[in-house]
Amino acid sequence: MNSVQTAVSQTSPPKKSFLYDPKVRGIFYQVVLVLAIVYLFYVAATNAVENLQRAKIASGFGFLNNTAGFDISQTLIQFSAAGGTYGDAFIVGLLNTLLVSAIGIFFTTILGFLIGIARLSKNWMVAKVAMVYVEVLRNIPLLVQLLFWYIAVLGTLPQPRNSLEMGAGFYLNSRGLFMAKPIWGSNISVVVAALVIGLVGTFVYRRWARRQQEQTGRQYPVGKVTLALLLGLPVLTWIVLAVAGANPITFELPRKGTFNLTGGMQILPEFVALLLGLVTYTAAFIAEVVRAGILAVSKGQSEAAGSLGLTPGQTLRLVVIPQAMRVIVPPLTSQYLNLTKNSSLAVAIGYPDLVQVFMGTVLNQTGQAIEVVVITMGVYLTISLVTSFIMNIYNRRVAIVER
Amino acid sequence: MSTAVDIPRFVRAKQVEALPPPNLARGPIAWVRENLFSGPFNTILTLVVFYLLYVAVPPLVRFLFIDAVWTGTDRAACRADTGGSETGACWAFIWDKINYFIYGSYTVSERWRVDIFFALLAIGVAWLLWLRAPRRDLGAVYFFWIFPVVSYVLLTGGNADLGLRFWIGFAIFGALVIALFAFFAALLKTAMRPALIMGGGIVAVIGITLAVVDVDFGLAHVPTSLWGGILVTLLVATVGIVVSLPFGILLALGRRSKLPIVRMASVIFIEFVRGVPLITVLIMANTMLPLFLPGDMTVDRLLRPLIGTALFASAYMAEVVRGGLQAMPKGQYEGAMSLGLNYPQMMTLIILPQALRIVIPGIVNTFIGLFKDTSLVAIVGIFDLVKTIEASRIDPNWAAPTIGITGYAFAALFYFIFCFGMSRYSLGVERRLAAGQKR
Repeated sequence: MNSVQTAVSQTSPPKKSFLYDPKVRGIFYQVVLVLAIVYLFYVAATNAVENLQRAKIASGFGFLNNTAGFDISQTLIQFSAAGGTYGDAFIVGLLNTLLVSAIGIFFTTILGFLIGIARLSKNWMVAKVAMVYVEVLRNIPLLVQLLFWYIAVLGTLPQPRNSLEMGAGFYLNSRGLFMAKPIWGSNISVVVAALVIGLVGTFVYRRWARRQQEQTGRQYPVGKVTLALLLGLPVLTWIVLAVAGANPITFELPRKGTFNLTGGMQILPEFVALLLGLVTYTAAFIAEVVRAGILAVSKGQSEAAGSLGLTPGQTLRLVVIPQAMRVIVPPLTSQYLNLTKNSSLAVAIGYPDLVQVFMGTVLNQTGQAIEVVVITMGVYLTISLVTSFIMNIYNRRVAIVER
Repeated sequence: MSTAVDIPRFVRAKQVEALPPPNLARGPIAWVRENLFSGPFNTILTLVVFYLLYVAVPPLVRFLFIDAVWTGTDRAACRADTGGSETGACWAFIWDKINYFIYGSYTVSERWRVDIFFALLAIGVAWLLWLRAPRRDLGAVYFFWIFPVVSYVLLTGGNADLGLRFWIGFAIFGALVIALFAFFAALLKTAMRPALIMGGGIVAVIGITLAVVDVDFGLAHVPTSLWGGILVTLLVATVGIVVSLPFGILLALGRRSKLPIVRMASVIFIEFVRGVPLITVLIMANTMLPLFLPGDMTVDRLLRPLIGTALFASAYMAEVVRGGLQAMPKGQYEGAMSLGLNYPQMMTLIILPQALRIVIPGIVNTFIGLFKDTSLVAIVGIFDLVKTIEASRIDPNWAAPTIGITGYAFAALFYFIFCFGMSRYSLGVERRLAAGQKR
């Protein structure tokens, strides 16, 4: 200490201690922090090891290969109580989470944009109704809404034997929504090929049309051609095949038995309730995001578009929305992530998502809390990080380029 | 003799009242034309909305009010087969169970303590949220120290009975803390008095807190397993805000720090917590917390989700506070430094008072989210409002078809009133702050 003191005193007044050096202080604080964190982890780890040994709980990820021994009500891959392992159960749960999130994001985007635009409508009634929707849905916890949908609405549906018949092979009862199940024939590949050709054709045509417009100013009918290529071509192929007697898709209709419906496709009431709750709840938030985004585009932009002779529809499509998207995309992304994370509330109504299957049943059966929690949290973290990474790339592309 | 003057001319001496605008340009009819039927598309929209309202609103009103059952003591009132009404909400059920929804199974003779807790909470919230309230600094001390300690004693009964050995240990700890402060003051060659006051202050605050918890006020002990209903909902939300605000500020400062390890630790914590759903944090707190503690130590069942929600809310609060810190112009930092203030002084005296003020709307919005999220503790088996409704719904005494809907409608109404009120408050503050910025 003394030697340091003298060394310092050669360059600075002797009164000052080296402890006044912000660098030294910084290092000191950080060392304290690191020591505290390391100590915390050390204590936690030693306690955990001791407690696990006392409770005779195995550790490590070997349990993923053990037979699960329980059934899951909705499986996108082959899974049975006898043959499925905990690892399979994990994949089933993960796929169910991704399924409900993806479908939910699709519908909530549509609903959210509709309501967000409706809130800005010049029509007083439409704007007020949209506002009431947003205020009510945003201020009630999602859990209450989910339980409401599940128990109060779907719970009042009739028993299977009194199923509500909705026509076209749709039945609704307390076990969910039953509908026709498509059975893919062997030559479905022809229809798929037609769809792929339609996709590629659309892409090529749109590029060509844009270039033509940029060079000559002539506009080609993009929308109609896209529709014809994307929808018309596969449908036409299908009809031709069906007429030729080689129908690629046949439908298995649910049949009414004495107690239950057999055959067809069943959508669980839990899935319907979760989807309804997630879509309507998130749409209220997306509506606010969209409203803020549209309001952020200055009024002069739409006035200028109008004075150029664009119709209101064109103004919205070509001027307002592209600019509003820059403001909308970042918060929209976080709403998508919120929806994905909120899908974990499935555990409250028994939809077999990742948390319900893995953090619920598997955790209770194996008792390996640390591994299960780490895996589950890792999945959500990965989804979050990957989504924000992709959205950041998109965001960089649409962001205003300052010249 | 004719002059121009003699020729009678008509000159209006005073202004006439303007004619009223035609009926079609003013008044309710014009308003309706302008806002509801301004074109074919708008007309169709209006009609569609009217139809939707016609389909939705009258049945809702009929269910909630007209056909509702208001009085009754058991399921008979709400079942058609016993002469009751099944088409309306069964408010009699809520009325019958209201004490359970508010207090859970809290000992009946001790419920006045919960009422005092509610009152203390209301005082604290009003003191902090009313921007022109007197002595808001005292309000902060009240809300973040006095109120939690008093509430703890009130709700549990206090009388922790820490024992003599604990107090001897605490005395040694206190002496060590004060000695540490004195040592650093000596090392830094600064005045001894402020260091001793600061060290003594910290020890005194902790000591007084522990002493209040230790003293026997003659209140009966009420175990947390009996707590429930709105009490627990408000408790989780209160603990969340009381912990998350200071902790969130620390995290935000850490994230803005120049020290790389401090910054990294804060970023990792914040991004980790924000990347996972609350329910996984709650399950983690429920299953892993007991593992990480020494074998003979148990964590109260209610305390586990409290820790989980508090940590979760801290990460979100940190991001809100960071927004405020970033919005501070650099001149404020430079001005504070040029006055010779050190980092804690700069933050507590100059930066944070301004930064926190502009993020009040953000803090309130985070709190609304936290308040709604408290309902998730029901999933890990804590008897909050949602869980008490779940439990009452299957009470055979009240087995009737409309009980579920009525219960959830009550919960929805409760949450809506709180959240909507808070969101209006935050909008009001936002408008006030914006008005201040406009000048």
